[in-house]
Amino acid sequence: FLGAGGGNDIQWCFSQVKGAVDDDVAEADIISTVEFNHSGELLATGDKGGRVVIFQQEQENKTQSHSRGEYNVYSTFQSHEPEFDYLKSLEIEEKINKIRWLPQKNAAQFLLSTNDKTIKLWKISERDKRPEGYNLKEEDGRYRDPTTVTTLRVPVFRPMDLMVEASPRRIFANAHTYHINSISINSDYETYLSADDLRINLWHLEITDRSFNIVDIKPANMEELTEVITAAEFHPNSCNTFVYSSSKGTIRLCDMRASALCDRHSKLFEEPEDPSNRSFFSEIISSISDVKFSHSGRYMMTRDYLSVKIWDLNMENRPVETYQVHEYLRSKLCSLYENDCIFDKFECCWNGSDRQVFLLYIIVMTGSYNNFFRMFDRNTKRDITLEASRENNKPRTVLKPRKVCASGKRKKDEISVDSLDFNKKILHTAWHPKENIIAVATTNNLYIFQDKMN
Amino acid sequence: QDMQEKETITPERAEEAKLKAKYPNLGQKPGGSDFLMKRLQKGQKYFDSGDYNMAKAKMKNKQLPSAGPDKNLVTGDHIPTPQDLPQRKSSLVTSKLAG
Repeated sequence: FLGAGGGNDIQWCFSQVKGAVDDDVAEADIISTVEFNHSGELLATGDKGGRVVIFQQEQENKTQSHSRGEYNVYSTFQSHEPEFDYLKSLEIEEKINKIRWLPQKNAAQFLLSTNDKTIKLWKISERDKRPEGYNLKEEDGRYRDPTTVTTLRVPVFRPMDLMVEASPRRIFANAHTYHINSISINSDYETYLSADDLRINLWHLEITDRSFNIVDIKPANMEELTEVITAAEFHPNSCNTFVYSSSKGTIRLCDMRASALCDRHSKLFEEPEDPSNRSFFSEIISSISDVKFSHSGRYMMTRDYLSVKIWDLNMENRPVETYQVHEYLRSKLCSLYENDCIFDKFECCWNGSDRQVFLLYIIVMTGSYNNFFRMFDRNTKRDITLEASRENNKPRTVLKPRKVCASGKRKKDEISVDSLDFNKKILHTAWHPKENIIAVATTNNLYIFQDKMN
Repeated sequence: QDMQEKETITPERAEEAKLKAKYPNLGQKPGGSDFLMKRLQKGQKYFDSGDYNMAKAKMKNKQLPSAGPDKNLVTGDHIPTPQDLPQRKSSLVTSKLAG
């Protein structure tokens, strides 16, 4: 199914959709993060209500060779609750900003989930047997009168229905004055970073009462504040290297070996701006909402309001590629500013690592409005726009590409810019680490698409 | 500048002109960027009886302090009154994704 043309010969088909059908969306149901684990067997979502839902892929059915296993609910739990900062009389939202999985080391699965202020390490474990035949307890848990016990028996484990339990193993709190936007697990699998608007902290997964501040961009005088941190990520292979992006469209690469406080970057990635093009909106739309390293670690991708940029770590002065996500919005910036959409934070992701490693194809994906999402093939430079909609509900039906008509005569099947629904945003997407399976979150629904298998 | 040449305005600049026509005072505040300050102070501010009573004591006339036009702005004088309080959130249920 690869085709000579590269990744964009992939034919995407609807597989599943999760969530309520009704249009009346409760705030709590707004999906705020989506993440596959390292094997792709598990898919986690977080929402504004502080809840995590984990889906597990069914084992492949040998008789159903036309599709891969479906994702079914595996576990769901309340990760964060609303809290109150008494000193400032401010509510701390329970919304899950990010989920990151740890690589699996034993039978249990571990993930980090974070809201604005507190990061939690969750252990998800399975229980499929339970002890029976206690001497001092009845089966229903009531205690037996010891004087009635005349013989002793050895309790045995008997199978039971699978139970999946989530328990918080570590709570990493009180280290962030500002709002956490990113967490990233180091390739050493022992430490991780958490980033807020002005600071980045380094933690050890075992230690909750201490963290090291590694970046601090808070100015002595807050009146001088010009830039905030928008995202941060560890390099996939170099445990001493991380990057952070800013609201001014810059990315700084830091080396923790250089000094304890990485306020001075090792590299600064910035595309020079054409001063004649500068407008009131320039800085706002240049703000980077997401940064992701490629699986090899040679490249990184950034998402700003209108585009996706690919950077070569060896070249700081400009990106190697720029892909326009929805350039037609440039002439709508005034109304997008008025309805706050200009501040929407879109994420981006790379396709699975195997296909990148074998240089088969490299594709990047990101969301847009009207429940559209976009993919760009780095090799062929082709792009595609698809829609996450319940209207394309039949499994194995190939999704039809969409086209937005920027101006002038609208062709049949095209959608005009003015008809786009700006309340239908796809901010979060994820790509299975090995297969061509993608998870796309609309406001309150999770769509799973797969490539068509022959 | 050659005034005889028709100046092409980029779409971005045209949008900027539209915005400035609607909001003439935009972008004229001194100090750090408005967006950044707003971003740092995101979060629902609630009624703080301590702040409220301190502010009341400060007032020369007996007018009650109110939150002001921007309810999210957190400074000493912008204090929500009980009337400005939003509804508390309803209790939590299982996610519909799991249903």
